[in-house]
Amino acid sequence: MAYQFDFLPVVQNTDLLLRGALFTLELTAIGAVLGVSLGIVGALVRAWNIRPFSTIFGVYVELIRNTPFLVQLFFIFFGLPSLGVQISEWQAAVLAMVINLGAYSTEIIRAGIQAIPRGQLEAAAALAMNRFEAFRHVVLLPALGKVWPALSSQIIIVMLGSAVCSQIAAEELSFAANFIQSRNFRAFETYALTTLLYLCMALLIRQLLNWIGRRYIARSSQ
Amino acid sequence: MSDFTFWDVVRNLLTGLQWTLALSLVAFIGGGLIGLLVMVMRISKKSLPRNIARTYIELFQGTPLLMQLFLVFFGVALAGVDISPWMAAALALTLFTSAYLAEIWRGCVDSIPNGQWEASSSLALNPLEQLRYVILPQALRIAVAPTVGFSVQVVKGTAVTSIIGFTELTKTGGMLANATFEPFMVYGLVALGYFLLCYPLSLSARYLERRLHASA
Repeated sequence: MAYQFDFLPVVQNTDLLLRGALFTLELTAIGAVLGVSLGIVGALVRAWNIRPFSTIFGVYVELIRNTPFLVQLFFIFFGLPSLGVQISEWQAAVLAMVINLGAYSTEIIRAGIQAIPRGQLEAAAALAMNRFEAFRHVVLLPALGKVWPALSSQIIIVMLGSAVCSQIAAEELSFAANFIQSRNFRAFETYALTTLLYLCMALLIRQLLNWIGRRYIARSSQ
Repeated sequence: MSDFTFWDVVRNLLTGLQWTLALSLVAFIGGGLIGLLVMVMRISKKSLPRNIARTYIELFQGTPLLMQLFLVFFGVALAGVDISPWMAAALALTLFTSAYLAEIWRGCVDSIPNGQWEASSSLALNPLEQLRYVILPQALRIAVAPTVGFSVQVVKGTAVTSIIGFTELTKTGGMLANATFEPFMVYGLVALGYFLLCYPLSLSARYLERRLHASA
């Protein structure tokens, strides 16, 4: 007998899925703000070659970009307690996301900073801008504006990657899906709807970041 | 209870590493073949194949690899075919890789000036011949660096297959961490294993990119 699809047992648990989705979005929001901030610091340190931090950030970037997110997460969640640092599931999830995004955004933003012609800073000095004004209007915002699409994609990749945080029992969307399918045995239907939800979230975040880019980054860098 | 020496841990991890490597190779080669097909559909002048390819790429780039794995693992089982974690992992990663490679290669093909298509069309080549003999040889040169760069994502992607029970490097690490009670050391070694696979690929991608810019 052919398999009968039944989405009802999943739809009945919509509240669980939505709660999970909301938690994934919260993790992503915190991870994105802190991760990009870390990336800005790293990019400046790398671009201006401030020793010894430049080397430290260089090693950090290579280590993170060449190992899987899942292993970083396990290392933080299972490894740190053996050094005496107690950490909860969601703290480990956020920490792993921040560290991961921090490494990628360091490289992305550094490319943006290095694409700014030297003459721009000299022009800013000629306009009597102080160091902070010049940094904000001539270095940071134009650099972010140049790489904003790449940065947005990376934030979405981190959001999608956070699905593996269910493995340390952080109660985000894929954790909710695992829970539901273990109750109703409708694994395929549950994961199909969950996948659809992730797709919608990815589109939503893309729109939101595009809007932020147009409203705050691109306009103020003109 | 048996005791694990450091070398027992390393030896087991090396076995896991071989499976990671095997899965990466299968996914990369399979993904390359399917990716080529999707790329050809993506640049087609007919809207139906173009839209199918675009949706395919969007779907794989907009959803978590973990969900793709689950859907393949449970979906194929629904069709009445018994599927092992290894088969599910290889199939899902192949599809995942094909979507990304198709998009990367499309970008490379798009960067070839339109005049090349027009010139080869004036030589009475049909569209597939134009692609095969004129466009691809030029696009290939540009495509090498980003393709090698993406292979790092494939190797890292294999870690997720540990979740459906495929015993590669991460899964082996998890079992060893439970057996030895030394997660810090074991996961550190696991990370080192991935780094040793990925770092040379990252370096060569960067080298190839620089060489391309130098010659251009």
